[in-house]
Amino acid sequence: MIPGAFDYHRPTSLDEAVALLNEHGDNAKVLAGGQSLIPAMRFRLAIPEILIDINQVPGLDALAEENGHLKIGSLLRESALEDSDVVQKRYPMLADAAKVIADPLVRNLATVGGNIAHADPANDHPAVMLAFNATVVAQGPDGERIIPIDDFFVDLFETAMTPKEILKEIRIPAPQDGDGGAYFKIERKVGDYAISAVAVQLRMRGNTISEARVALTNVSPVPMRATDAEAALNGKEPTAEVLEAAGKAAAAQSEPSPDLRGTVEYKRDLTRVLTKRAVAKAVERAQA
Amino acid sequence: MSQHKITVKVNGETHTGEVEARTLLVHFIRENLSLTGTHIGCDTTSCGACTVQLNGSAVKSCTVFAVQADGGEVKTIEGMADNGTLHPLQEGFWEKHGLQCGYCTPGMIMSADHFLSKNPNPTEEEIREGISGNLCRCTGYNNIVSAIQYAAEKLNEKEVSE
Repeated sequence: MIPGAFDYHRPTSLDEAVALLNEHGDNAKVLAGGQSLIPAMRFRLAIPEILIDINQVPGLDALAEENGHLKIGSLLRESALEDSDVVQKRYPMLADAAKVIADPLVRNLATVGGNIAHADPANDHPAVMLAFNATVVAQGPDGERIIPIDDFFVDLFETAMTPKEILKEIRIPAPQDGDGGAYFKIERKVGDYAISAVAVQLRMRGNTISEARVALTNVSPVPMRATDAEAALNGKEPTAEVLEAAGKAAAAQSEPSPDLRGTVEYKRDLTRVLTKRAVAKAVERAQA
Repeated sequence: MSQHKITVKVNGETHTGEVEARTLLVHFIRENLSLTGTHIGCDTTSCGACTVQLNGSAVKSCTVFAVQADGGEVKTIEGMADNGTLHPLQEGFWEKHGLQCGYCTPGMIMSADHFLSKNPNPTEEEIREGISGNLCRCTGYNNIVSAIQYAAEKLNEKEVSE
C-alpha cells in the first residue's frame, strides 16, 4: 500500500505555503501531522497531485493564553496538549480529549489543526471545539479570516475554508468563574474512533446552569451540537431528572449510522449515558 | 511525481538517498539502508511495529514520508545497543521474557525509550498507557510491562551512579 505519486513541496513560511496553495488549489493537500492524510493516501481514498508540507513553517505551534483566549497553532501536536500545564489546569475538557485521541504514537505527530481541518465527524476535536465555542483563523491569499466554529463544519470532510486557505490557529475562549467542561468517550480499543463521545462546556451561576454547549462525536454525518440537550440544561439546576432529560435529548437529536461499532439504538443510548456523565463532570469541575 | 535527494542522520550516521516523494520512511529505512530491525506489521497506522524515533519523538514510520525526515535524525532499534552492550530496555526484554515471537519488540522498545525519557519513574498504569500504540499478539503484555519497569530501574540507577 504505497500512496499514489505526487509532487512534494516544503514551504518555510506561511506566505509561501498560501502561495503554493493558491497556485495549485484543488489539486493540492496540506500535510501537517499526516496521521489521517497518509493512511487515506495509502488506501487511495485521497490522491492529491501536490502535497504542501507545512511542518517547516515556523510559528504555527503556539499554545498560549492571550487576549482572553487560548491560542492553539494549527501545527501543535496532540501530545503537546497532554504535556501542557495550562491545558491540564484551565481547559479540562481539552485535557480529557487529548488523552483519548488515537494512540500515544499517533499523538506525537497528529496536530490539533489537522484534526479540525479534516472535518471527520469521527475525530474528537470537532465536538470539543464546538462545545468550547472556538473560532478558527484561516489564512488565505487575501489575509486572515475568522470563522466561528458553528459555521466551520459544512459537510462530511468539508469545512468553510476555501481550497486556497490554510488553517492557521484555533482560539478557545478563556474560562471564567463558574465554567467547567468534560469530554467522555467510549471506544472499542485504544486507537479506534469513538462509538460515541460527548463534549460539554457549561457555566454555573450558583446552582443553576446558565449556559451549556453540548457536542457529539461520531454519531452524525457532520460534527454537530446537541442543541436540544443544551435547551434541556440552560436555566436549570443539574438534578438527576435534568441530566436524564439532556441525555435523552442528545440521543434523540443524534444521527448515528449502524456499523461494526454498534447499532443505531446502542449508539443513541450510549450518547444518552455519556451526555449525563459529561454534564455531571462539567458541573463538578465548575463548582470545584 | 517529484524525486528528492535526502540526508538523514540515522543512529548517529549520516545517510543520503534518492527517494520518490511517496516513499514511506519505513521503506527508506528497510530498503535503502537495509536496517530491517524496524518491522512492517499492519501497514495501517495501527500496530506500532514500525515505530522509530524521528527527531526524538516515537512515531509510526509507515505514516511519515521519507522526504519529511530530510535534514532530521532517526533512531531505530539498531541504534539502541552501545558497542555490543544491550540497552537496559533490550536487557529488560531479555531478562523478563518480554517477547515471544519478537515481531513487535523493536517498535515496543523504541516507543518505551521515548516514553521513559518523558517519564523516568512511571507507574504500571502509565507504562500500559505509554505503550498503548504498540500491539503485541503473544505475550499478553505483562512481561513487556515488567521489562520496561526493569529498564526504568536500571536507567535510574545508572543516572545516580553517573
